[in-house]
Amino acid sequence: MSSAAPYTTIIGLEVHVQLMTRTKLFCGCSTKFGGAPNTQVCPTCLGLPGSLPMMNRQAFDLALRSALALECSIAPFTKWDRKNYFYPDLPKGYQISQFDLPFSSDGCLEVVDPKGAFEPRRVGIIRVHLEEDAGKSMHDEAAGTGDTRIDLNRAGTPLCEIVTQPDLRSPQEARAWLNELKLLLVYLGVSDCNMQEGSLRVDANVNLHIPQPDGRVAKTPIVEIKNMNSFRSVERALTYEAARQWEEWQATKAEMGKTPKQTRGWDDPAGITRAQRHKEESSDYRYFPEPDLVPVTVSAERIQSIRSNMGEPPVSLRKTLAARWTISAYDADVLVNQGRELVDYFEDLATRVGEGKVASNWMQQDVLRILNETNGTVSAFPVRPEGLADLIGRVKKGDFDTSRAREIFAEMVTSGRPVDDVVAGMGISAVSDDDVIALCRELLAANPKIVADVKSGKEQAAAGLIGQAKKKNANVNPGKVRAICIDLIRGME
Amino acid sequence: MQPLELSAVDLVTALRQGDITAVECATAFLDRIEATNGSINAFLAVDREGALSRAADIDARRKAGKPIGSLAGLPVALKDVLCTKDMPTTCASKMLAGFRPPYDADVVARLRQADAVFVGKTNMDEFAMGGSNENSAFGPVRNPWDLSRAPGGSSGGSAACVAADMAPVAIGSDTGGSIRQPAGLCGITGLKPTYGRVSRRGLIAFASSLDQIGPMARSAADCALLMETIAGHDPGDSTSLAADVPRYTDLLDKPLAGVRIGRVPEHFAAGLDPEVAKGVEEAFAVLMAAGATVHDVHLPHAKYGIPTYYLIAPCEASSNLARYDGAHYGHRAEPGKGHRAESAGQRTAGQTGGFESPLVEMYCRSRAEGFGPEVKRRIMLGTYALSAGYYEAYYAKALRVRRLIRQDYLDAFQTVDLIGGPVSATPAFRLGEKTDDPLAMYLVDLYTVGTNLAGVGGISFPCGFTKSGLPIGFQLQAPPLAEPLLLQAADRFQRLTDWHRRRPKTIGEVKA
Repeated sequence: MSSAAPYTTIIGLEVHVQLMTRTKLFCGCSTKFGGAPNTQVCPTCLGLPGSLPMMNRQAFDLALRSALALECSIAPFTKWDRKNYFYPDLPKGYQISQFDLPFSSDGCLEVVDPKGAFEPRRVGIIRVHLEEDAGKSMHDEAAGTGDTRIDLNRAGTPLCEIVTQPDLRSPQEARAWLNELKLLLVYLGVSDCNMQEGSLRVDANVNLHIPQPDGRVAKTPIVEIKNMNSFRSVERALTYEAARQWEEWQATKAEMGKTPKQTRGWDDPAGITRAQRHKEESSDYRYFPEPDLVPVTVSAERIQSIRSNMGEPPVSLRKTLAARWTISAYDADVLVNQGRELVDYFEDLATRVGEGKVASNWMQQDVLRILNETNGTVSAFPVRPEGLADLIGRVKKGDFDTSRAREIFAEMVTSGRPVDDVVAGMGISAVSDDDVIALCRELLAANPKIVADVKSGKEQAAAGLIGQAKKKNANVNPGKVRAICIDLIRGME
Repeated sequence: MQPLELSAVDLVTALRQGDITAVECATAFLDRIEATNGSINAFLAVDREGALSRAADIDARRKAGKPIGSLAGLPVALKDVLCTKDMPTTCASKMLAGFRPPYDADVVARLRQADAVFVGKTNMDEFAMGGSNENSAFGPVRNPWDLSRAPGGSSGGSAACVAADMAPVAIGSDTGGSIRQPAGLCGITGLKPTYGRVSRRGLIAFASSLDQIGPMARSAADCALLMETIAGHDPGDSTSLAADVPRYTDLLDKPLAGVRIGRVPEHFAAGLDPEVAKGVEEAFAVLMAAGATVHDVHLPHAKYGIPTYYLIAPCEASSNLARYDGAHYGHRAEPGKGHRAESAGQRTAGQTGGFESPLVEMYCRSRAEGFGPEVKRRIMLGTYALSAGYYEAYYAKALRVRRLIRQDYLDAFQTVDLIGGPVSATPAFRLGEKTDDPLAMYLVDLYTVGTNLAGVGGISFPCGFTKSGLPIGFQLQAPPLAEPLLLQAADRFQRLTDWHRRRPKTIGEVKA
């Protein structure tokens, strides 16, 4: 919203993240995505009579790692609760979750826009808790029969639910914060945060605070938005919803508390939110302590051990990179936002090159560009840091110029061969200084007009010589030709 | 050799020594079941073929000198609340009619490993909810001592089959007295172990925080034998205890000298049948004669046991039974007209009978048809008590009282080693006597629910008979994991008395 908007948009988020465990939260079934329906199931995740849950310790550790990185306090004692509701893809008729004693609470995650699009925003985390996922319902609307098919492969997958304070003030901030959260969780190795595969899901709560002429602030009823399947959708849905609430406010003056909280679904193709049936929001989950699982106690030693193996989170890594390699905050941000692997590549390269700025430029202008064009990943990138460092070293030595080096780099990427091979294959050979001097003398003799111009102080006239030099020998370094020619002309005086 | 007359301990010895084969043994009990089950209705499923082939396999292995389990050839009856992969498992509910679990309960697997021979699945109150076995969807069990009377419940089939010599031992489950009360009313011995002593994995849940599996047999010694096989830590049940399993049978033969037994005066208040009271007092006298001392103890919150139990158990049950929806297994209501051909949108509310969709109609009707009235009553009680606005007043308060009740027990066990008393206020009541009065039926658990709420152990065994020839039960309760003392005291009592040796008279056919 522009500063001229007559209201403030208040946004809180609820994020569900699938943890990257090999097996489910309460049984040994695989969590791998994409298996044939109902092939990754057992009596426990099918909720067969007599089956019992067993907690997956790895899931709990990953959840702890997430909460610690979000600066949450960890409860020394936490328990499981049953959230009772009836739905075809919930085999037990209840979800094992955490109600009044979540394992962690009261944290925060800051988001900063390096270009200053918004003020740095510290977003409070109310709680992070662990729960099991439900199965997946596939509504076969195309067939027109209203049939629904159920796949229980996902049932029992560990989910971390992260609930923020209503601290976000614009749809853009919400999107940026989600990017930061996703980056953090991917850095931590706790989730792949793949929204297409459902491993990250977002619901948003939004309303408007509207200052009144009498100094009071009117608050519109809170709306929960569901069904947003990308961060872009989140931004669009919030933008739409803020505008919708503003219009509704102008028409009805309805305030929070006077109408029940509403749930609206985002219709992405139509670009609007739609009210969902009232019934779905009036659920009474009848929470009570899960009697099939014992409470979990978390020792200070366990927290310490997880903390010490956590790795550096993006927010501090940006500062570390900027300081260690004397690159700008912006450059550090670009590099860190690409993920840990790219940062490792960069640091390896910078170490070999011995200079951060040059390495950072190559990363951003060449490596990243090619990765984006080819949709590739750093780990599969054919030119490793040592190869690229080799190339950059040759440029610094003056063997070839940067544009020539780009051609060589492109060929290294395509062929996967080292610098020397590519150089030889392209018929590129370093030209000796004697050869360059000989060539320059030849050119000066043939271009008296340029020589005269340079003599009279118009050094830029030397540029005309470079094109000719390239025609005669493609391997010459233009900078060197220019410098030698000017030297020679000066020597003529 | 007449296997029907031998104790489980003696049967295992006779089988080991080759005095009898496993096939002969199984045949004797299976024939007995065939002859009497029509009158008693203790079994919902009898696996004659499976039992005989298993027995033959055991005999062959024994003959060949191959490894063999500790209970090799012992016939065992299983309450139909335990999952068995080779027999149907119904919880005596129409809801699970025909259900075959793809796995064995942990206790079943342990017994199979020990080469026990399963003769069949025993009748019970539907989903273990009841104290008379009249809540079975497949008809009530009749008490072998008087076929017009109830055997108690919910493990009524397991109790009756042991009393009627249809099996030497049976496995039951006890949520509020469901092993001890029918054992008392049928004149047998039943042990409810400490919560967590026996794995609940594969026990179809009624109230998860109270349910516990235990042995039912003719004597404490036979219960001890079974406990050695079924007790123990199960990594698949996180509420199961990691404590070592003692050799219960080796710990039986110890004098009771110095053992302090608590007597709760409130147990002898109005409502206790005088004949039962007399039998119980005489049992105290026998235990004193054996060297034990008897002391009055108080369980101040015991009077809240029934209301506390009837909040916690239905609350958990309402959640545990939510999964039975007709979609995945068990009973499914036949689709209504146009169930699939027409979508909900094309039908008016009148045509769908008020259901929002054919799917919801299937769910609702499956549950309406599949569950019996007592199960429905408890689902409704539990759902209500857990609802927003009621949770604090009911469930949360019940949890607090439960902690007080447990504390009462732990305090009492500071001064005594065991607590003795009646199992139930009356001997076996007539079938139909309490069916119209759910509250009266709930009171049959009066003396037993405390054990479950406190999570401790209890044993019930016969201590006399009424003039009309009905068994009277005596109950002992002990601190957590004191099963060896419970079994030792009961065994000592049984060395000094012969109530547990009495058998019901020949059981004739009765007309239903």
